[in-house]
Amino acid sequence: MSWLDIGALEDIPRRGARLVKTVHGCVAVFRSHDDQVFALDDRCPHKGGPLSEGIVHGHAVTCPLHGMVIGLTDGRATAATGGAEGAAVTTYPARVEGGRILLDAARLLRGRAA
Amino acid sequence: MKRRLVIIGAGMASGRVLEHLLAAEPEGWDITLFNAEPRGNYNRIMLSPVLSGEKRYDDIVTHDDAWYARHDITCRFGEAVVRIDRVNKVVFSNAGGAPYDKLLIATGSAPFIIPVQGRDLPGVVTYRDLDDTNAMIAASDRPGGKAVVIGGGLLGLEAAAGLKLRGMEVTVIHLMGHLMERQLDTAAGYLLQKDLETRGIRVHCKGSTAAILGQDRVEGVLLEDNTGYEADLVCMAVGIRPETRIATEAALEVARGIVVNDRMETSDPDILAVGECVEHDGQLFGLVAPLYDQAKVAAATLLRQDAAFRPVQTATKLKVTGVDLFSAGDFAEGPGREDIVFRDPGRGVYKRLVIENDRLIGAVMYGDTGDGSWFFGLIKDGTDISAMRDTLIFGPAYQGGTGADPLAAVAALPPEAEICGCNGVCKGRITAAIEDGATTLADIRAVTSASASCGTCTGLVEQVLAHSLGDAFRKPAVQPICGCTDLTHEDVRRMIKAQALKSMPAVMQELGWKTSCGCPVCRPALNFYLLADWPLDYEDDAQSRLVNERNHANIQKDGTYSVVPRMWGGMTNPRELRAIADAAEKYAIPAVKVTGGQRIDLLGVRKEDLPHVWADLNAAGLVSGHAYSKGLRTVKTCVGTDFCRFGTQDSTGLGIRLEQRLWGSWTPHKVKLAVSGCPRNCAEATCKDVGIVCVDSGYEIGVGGAAGMDLKEIERLAKVPSEEEAIDLTVAFIQLYRENARYLDRPYRWLAKVGIDWVRAQVVDDADQRAALIARFDLSQSIYQRDPWADRATPQAQAAFAPLADLTQEAAE
Repeated sequence: MSWLDIGALEDIPRRGARLVKTVHGCVAVFRSHDDQVFALDDRCPHKGGPLSEGIVHGHAVTCPLHGMVIGLTDGRATAATGGAEGAAVTTYPARVEGGRILLDAARLLRGRAA
Repeated sequence: MKRRLVIIGAGMASGRVLEHLLAAEPEGWDITLFNAEPRGNYNRIMLSPVLSGEKRYDDIVTHDDAWYARHDITCRFGEAVVRIDRVNKVVFSNAGGAPYDKLLIATGSAPFIIPVQGRDLPGVVTYRDLDDTNAMIAASDRPGGKAVVIGGGLLGLEAAAGLKLRGMEVTVIHLMGHLMERQLDTAAGYLLQKDLETRGIRVHCKGSTAAILGQDRVEGVLLEDNTGYEADLVCMAVGIRPETRIATEAALEVARGIVVNDRMETSDPDILAVGECVEHDGQLFGLVAPLYDQAKVAAATLLRQDAAFRPVQTATKLKVTGVDLFSAGDFAEGPGREDIVFRDPGRGVYKRLVIENDRLIGAVMYGDTGDGSWFFGLIKDGTDISAMRDTLIFGPAYQGGTGADPLAAVAALPPEAEICGCNGVCKGRITAAIEDGATTLADIRAVTSASASCGTCTGLVEQVLAHSLGDAFRKPAVQPICGCTDLTHEDVRRMIKAQALKSMPAVMQELGWKTSCGCPVCRPALNFYLLADWPLDYEDDAQSRLVNERNHANIQKDGTYSVVPRMWGGMTNPRELRAIADAAEKYAIPAVKVTGGQRIDLLGVRKEDLPHVWADLNAAGLVSGHAYSKGLRTVKTCVGTDFCRFGTQDSTGLGIRLEQRLWGSWTPHKVKLAVSGCPRNCAEATCKDVGIVCVDSGYEIGVGGAAGMDLKEIERLAKVPSEEEAIDLTVAFIQLYRENARYLDRPYRWLAKVGIDWVRAQVVDDADQRAALIARFDLSQSIYQRDPWADRATPQAQAAFAPLADLTQEAAE
């Protein structure tokens, strides 16, 4: 894997998210309350809402448009909030090292087709 | 022939290596021990009791001079090693060399010093060894001395507690939002802070040190937020880093620490390393348990035995007398992980277990840690806990038996046992009331006042009812806020005020939240309740707000936003209109629309453009219209006496003055006003949250109208002769709504619950109450009446609205 430094952990508020623009669309990078980071396509499987603007709770985010809950680790929608069987958002490897956020460059540039 | 072993550093890890080695081969080694400190090995973990005065240095020495002499160890204490000659296998201090067959590096760690001005002043100390400890003890000798500890981790808090016991006035500055954030979650961090504050230690979280002040010696600490604390002593305890300089200079492999393999060998097989200076499999070590494991392995390697170091989970305890906390394993949340949370607000107890695949993987406990080692054992052993899950959190004493009857405890209480502390009601009075015919909680409250004040004992009163009445008692079906609590919005609002709860962790702990940090339903509500009730104490949490309020714009279905500048009372001018038109062209804003609230909506603005659009509109004097907020939206007006031949009063002027008074305030739901200049009511005031209709003899004020999901006409609140009184009544009504309504109830819904008569009694009939409501509103406005656009016209805020990175120019491989 080739890890790409995309910014400092402190650039993302705790329980918040920032975007990384790619040719395939925006990827949302989340920082949870316990300082873990997660990267997912910034599109809710329901109606394409920007997940990066949702409220982050635990390791999940609630879409700001209609309230679908998406797990940050696996990108899966919670059925109880209207997620169809198998509805999921593409996730990308992400980690923090020395206060910097690293994403898998190859996966990011290849996009969801990978 | 004896083999020569040289050891650099006489600490706890190398001391343990010596013990293992000499126990196995008492005659096999010729040992030289270098130590930069002028003394041998002592128990560093016990420095905190030495600082606090509970122990003396002599009590914590692990190897004294007699021990070193008995084992014939050449002690070179007070000599720092300056060089390792790996070719000739000799170690040098400034006093001369020592040849080795095997070398053991155990240089430990060095404290991290924040690179701020004044860090070298006398009186600034770290907290690693006996000299630091003695320096702090000496500084605390002066009566009335003040100490500032920078760092609210394990070490910093032990230093703070020790200095406090020595009689100093102590302040702890911590960079993060809660204390010991690596070991504790927010709930436990809150309890710890509360405990320390009870002991007289001041805690300042989210405090970033800007400078240490002083001329000849330290005099104070200045933080980035411009808070200043006087200090005769500053203790820096912000972290440690492995002491690797000697290994780096010897060209051994060093990453963050000295890299060792499973046998504790460095990149040179004749050189071993143990302790806080090493890095094993990417991991550093700071607690003593893994260091002792390393020592055992290093001794085996020296004895040519097979052994491998495998780091195991460690648990943390804080050594501050009377503070009881425990943390072990992984307590982060995640899918597939479940929490079991137990809170006892009365005793200040919090326990949280994290379970994954029927295994306990983490535990955080505060206030009652008696079962900590049992839980730790379950974590280490990976025990399947599915069979005891229901009673797991109650500890080992509750395993294997039948489930306890929850009513047994209350049944066992004697009649004179106190149930309600606020009103001094004992169990006997409640059972007497039940015998006299009380069957509900409301009855008990009416007759005895039990649970009618702070409400903490509500559950207990209900248990007494359930026990006395059996199946005849039906707990009223109340709608709790969300799955995190059994309490209603109204209960929570009442207790936030009654118990003076001023932070989210405080609410969640004291009211027994069932989750560790809430959900998207309760967090926005709590955020509003706290900022409405404690404007000076509570800090608004942007991450607990829904998207529109966080971004100060309305999100649209395609993820763009709408921008609506305020037009006071619906009035505008050519300069403002020109600025709006210019912004629409400059940022290619696709749609411009006139709203129902007498202003202009710019639709389809990209998020990264928002702060720039705002800055342009700000330059023309336009501020945020809060068209996105649960707060004051618009005050719609007609033209009134200025132009209209029927107008009776200056309705436009009153509308503008109301909007200028009320803008920026947060409310439970959106609030819309209107002022009409005559009963023809062109401003449609009779379907607004507050609607004022001007007549010849004064102002008719109505409240609780609606023209949305429901259609409702306003109810008459009062008629007043002067504009000043009309403004006073409106402000007092809005504040009463802010203080009492549940989150997301429009005024008409709230009015349906409390009744217009109650509102009139507070706002119209009681002049003192009205004045107090107005004063509290104005106090809140002193904090919250700020233009969010102007606050975000800075380069930092503009950067925060833009993407973190743009990879669209990078080519795929």
